[in-house]
Amino acid sequence: MTGFWLVLRRDLSLAFKQGGAAMLALAFFVVTVTLFPLGVGPSPDILARIGPGVIWVAALLSALLSLDRLFQADLEDGSLDLLVLAPLPLQATVLAKCAAHWLSTGLPLIAAAPVLGLLMNMPAEGIWTLLAAMVLGTPSLSLIGAIGAALTVAVRRGGVLLSLLVLPLYIPVLIFGVAAVDAATVGLSVRPHLLLLSAISLGSVVLAPVAAAPALRLALE
Amino acid sequence: MGFNGEALTCIRGDRLVFEDLDFDLQPGGCLVLRGPNGSGKSSLLRLCAGFLAPAEGRLRFDGLPIDDDREAHRARLTYVGHLDPLKPVLTVAENLAFWAGMNGASEAAEDALARFGMAGLADLPARYLSAGQRRKVNLARLATSAAVLWLLDEPTTALDDTAVAALTALIAAHRAAGGMVMAATHIDLGLPDAATLRLETPRLPVAVDFR
Amino acid sequence: MHRFANPTRFLRLADAILPWSAAIAVLTITAGLIWGLGFAPPDYQQGDTVRIMFVHVPSAWMALFIYGAMAVSSAVALIWKHAVADLVAKASAPIGAGFCLICLISGSLWGEPMWGTWWQWDARLTSMLILLFLYIGYMALWQAFDDPQRAAKAAAILALVGSVNLPIIKFSVDWWNTLHQPASVFTLSGPKIHISMLMPLLLMAVGFKAYYVSVLVLRTRAEIMARRIRALRLTYAQAEAAE
Repeated sequence: MTGFWLVLRRDLSLAFKQGGAAMLALAFFVVTVTLFPLGVGPSPDILARIGPGVIWVAALLSALLSLDRLFQADLEDGSLDLLVLAPLPLQATVLAKCAAHWLSTGLPLIAAAPVLGLLMNMPAEGIWTLLAAMVLGTPSLSLIGAIGAALTVAVRRGGVLLSLLVLPLYIPVLIFGVAAVDAATVGLSVRPHLLLLSAISLGSVVLAPVAAAPALRLALE
Repeated sequence: MGFNGEALTCIRGDRLVFEDLDFDLQPGGCLVLRGPNGSGKSSLLRLCAGFLAPAEGRLRFDGLPIDDDREAHRARLTYVGHLDPLKPVLTVAENLAFWAGMNGASEAAEDALARFGMAGLADLPARYLSAGQRRKVNLARLATSAAVLWLLDEPTTALDDTAVAALTALIAAHRAAGGMVMAATHIDLGLPDAATLRLETPRLPVAVDFR
Repeated sequence: MHRFANPTRFLRLADAILPWSAAIAVLTITAGLIWGLGFAPPDYQQGDTVRIMFVHVPSAWMALFIYGAMAVSSAVALIWKHAVADLVAKASAPIGAGFCLICLISGSLWGEPMWGTWWQWDARLTSMLILLFLYIGYMALWQAFDDPQRAAKAAAILALVGSVNLPIIKFSVDWWNTLHQPASVFTLSGPKIHISMLMPLLLMAVGFKAYYVSVLVLRTRAEIMARRIRALRLTYAQAEAAE
């Protein structure tokens, strides 16, 4: 188990010291959302109506932005060779890297979401639900994204391909994430949506390592 | 006993890298792989590390096929490839400590660095290192490792004479303790009674005859 | 025989299947079209536009069926390392994507007289659109690798991941649809379909399946030939280099 923490700690300190990717994703998130009022006009009603969807879509895209480096950096400097050979099962290594990705990229997005919710004129209960939905849903973005990142790690122009592979798989998260906020705004129960989001995240905890580990081994062949 | 391969065939992509290759490595032994570029030295090492599966033939450790227990095989080997797995923003010591921690260290990172005269650079971020210094840190990994089987792919690349001497000493100590070494090199490491495995330029037909 | 699973048996099987499947495809599709377009009764609400169904619905079935077939042959390829299974999965993808596209286009043509728009975010059509994206991603992943063996493995993993996700995506899209369009006035293919419409529909479904099998066999055979040519070229190149 120590290996898991070592990988997690290393990836976190890399994200922290390099600063780049995580902050870039956050900036991208904020800028993307800001474009919408400029694009559709500042009418508060329209913004409140499209706010949850815009924020979720921007969150999906921002998560993608940093994913293509998830395994690529380790492949390029030979670390992936040694990670595969290490006693820690590769599936656990994948989970640790996903956890680090979520902590360094997902958490800042979640932290920024309420502010963006205010910018989009969302009501308070909507913002609270958005927070809860993002906490439950964003882990699956890192996890599902890791599958795509592992499949495209050894590929030229992997980043574009990664988006093509992963975005359709993000659709359920988007739908339930937005539906939860919509339900809260009209006073319906948010429980089913949040439960479904949790189910997707839990399911991807199982699926992602199982699919990503063989894909990574394949990249080293 | 020891580590041996019999009738190994390696296919990468559609290319037949080598065919019908045998080797035998006894505890305390050293096998030096020689041969021109493209003859499959790196492929053989990656085969032995388990990155690739042989298309034919079998690798055995102490008589047991390595496929029977991949985990045990991973635990008993260390691999030094062409690349030095150092993160530029982490210090030399942090880099080394990470790999030592992942693999279960037998020697402190500081001592391992001292063997290659790198102790003074321990707190320097790895991005300031030269190619040779990076390689030395990578080789210091060997000293921290408890693995029996060392697989070294061109370990002397970018090394100066003192570092080569330090590596030779490290290999000698490892062998004296019953360890095994397989190394692909261009230069003569001056290893006593090391066996040499000569790989030929492949002029064999191509791998895939899709009949 | 270390080099590859021997596709001779597949080729022999293919030669045996092809004339039959091709004949069945031609016969059933012709019969289905004549029956469906000429003799099946028009719908009391939709009139003759309902006849689009005889193309639209079976192609939707085929698009899903072929993705399933891809997932199964990918699993076979990963577990038993059977090379022909890889080729079957690869050869299937463009056919499935084609059916997907036919389904979307015919759905759009059907939607215009029915809904008054060329595109309606109907749950089924939306799911089909996402399925098309999955197909495109799968084919793009095949293209991205130089080495066909590695491409095959990566694509197989993707197909399996996609097949796990597909029901979840379908479920979420249905959920989304009921939230946004309560009480849909019209379903593209209800279960309460009259026998006079069901028969040509089933004929078309059988015909499409036979068409899939025929094209699959052709494409897989072509792929095997392409691999052989590739292998021969490499052999000659190496032989020349050795001289």
